[in-house]
Amino acid sequence: MNLPLSLTINGVRRDITLDDPRVTLLDLLRERLDLTGTKKGCDRGQCGACTILVDGRRINSCLALAASHDGAEIVTIEGIGRGGELHPVQAAFIAHDGFQCGFCTPGQIMSGIGLIQEGQAGDDPERVRECMSGNLCRCGAYQGITEAVLEAQSNMTATKQRRSA
Amino acid sequence: MMNFDYVRPTNVADAIAAASEKGATYLASGTNLLDLMKGGVSRPSRLVDVTRLPGLDRIERLSDGSLRIGALARNADLAHDPEFARNYPAVAEALLSGASAQLRNAATVGGNLMQRTRCAYFYDAGSACNRRWPGAGCDALKGENRLHAVLGWSEGCIATHPSDFCVPLVALDAIVEIEGKAGRRELPLEALHRLPEATPDRETALERGDLIVALRLPTDAQDFAGHARYIKVRERTSYAFAVVSAAAALRIEDGRIREARLALGGVAAKPWRAREAEQVLAGAAPDAAVYREAARAALSDAKPSGDNAFKIELAQRIIVRALTLAAAGTPDRIAALPGSPFSSVAGA
Repeated sequence: MNLPLSLTINGVRRDITLDDPRVTLLDLLRERLDLTGTKKGCDRGQCGACTILVDGRRINSCLALAASHDGAEIVTIEGIGRGGELHPVQAAFIAHDGFQCGFCTPGQIMSGIGLIQEGQAGDDPERVRECMSGNLCRCGAYQGITEAVLEAQSNMTATKQRRSA
Repeated sequence: MMNFDYVRPTNVADAIAAASEKGATYLASGTNLLDLMKGGVSRPSRLVDVTRLPGLDRIERLSDGSLRIGALARNADLAHDPEFARNYPAVAEALLSGASAQLRNAATVGGNLMQRTRCAYFYDAGSACNRRWPGAGCDALKGENRLHAVLGWSEGCIATHPSDFCVPLVALDAIVEIEGKAGRRELPLEALHRLPEATPDRETALERGDLIVALRLPTDAQDFAGHARYIKVRERTSYAFAVVSAAAALRIEDGRIREARLALGGVAAKPWRAREAEQVLAGAAPDAAVYREAARAALSDAKPSGDNAFKIELAQRIIVRALTLAAAGTPDRIAALPGSPFSSVAGA
């Protein structure tokens, strides 16, 4: 069966015809649209490597059927930098050594962006750790990840305040 | 994953018609269903995507004071709704103690009620499982079963129900609204999930085509808001299913427990309401001795289904902890580690 699908991916509208309803958002991005920044770790919703933003919310793209998301707005790791400039969360991950091998990093960064937008953790490291628990890092860079998310959040809040001042 | 036919109806009547065929199943966000399909555990021939059914994501206060939560409300949206968290704090805490932020952003209220057990033998299509394949036998009985049921199990199935959300809901007498071929009906949540007995494959009271459209918290559910907690022991502090959990909700007046609600998670194939314990607590002064007596009453029928006798003691201690914390008063803000007995400061 052919399923027509229209998605906005990183600001660009894409009209897609799916020939198989089993395709997840993750496989659509990686295998059909060549957006391989989003990683496939467990493919079962346990590791968070495939985290993307769908309509502004972080979800596991491995457990989302593409067909079910017709009309959605999707942001992946490829869509967060601006004209060669790093997103504040990306910059903070570098500054704080928030990774080692880097495989989980796109998912960590997208999850961190989602967390900051949700605004539930505040500046409490314990709440940040809890809200990032859906992203596993087998290199164990958690300390740096927590510091990076906290610093990025603080930088983004300061920038926003400067802009509105 | 076996191939399937995908349909996305735009009204409830069409959804029910499409799901009434043999082999059809409803798809909401799919966080549990797709996982099961990838493992070959669920093999639907048709997915009826209900995510576009209009109006089913609303949370509304009804004129009688009850709260109606549409089946498509997302777990995160419900838990972070300030009014909801204030009126039903144990439910919000349970929601936030479950899964990960990504999964809570996707998962729906109706889907949470319909999630399947996390028994490893149910999940492994190569193992014998009566729930998956009636008459096949149960590999969990002689397998790794330290996390399995201690209440209400049978020789045919010792699996537990994994939901956190359902535990305080069943304590608060939540009602499930169902649309089916014969129209609309209601069921207490407590009657939705079945104990295994001789037919573990019959997991719920739903018939083919039945669609959960809403969940309702009755008017008196918010009377417990001042003294309500959900406490959950896990094998890691976050992003893990309950080994044992307890929802405790008290109405305390003039230094006495006027009414108590208690339910357990991780101990049975359904969220387990502990009515004997509630009777022990009703009318008593809130103190450790009466909590221990209530805990004993709650587990009086428990027996190990394998290497899990520890759960009977653990459940009693968690009940005492949940009652103690509930009696001390609901914190202003849910703790940094929701539901965790290891939270450094309650409410901090």
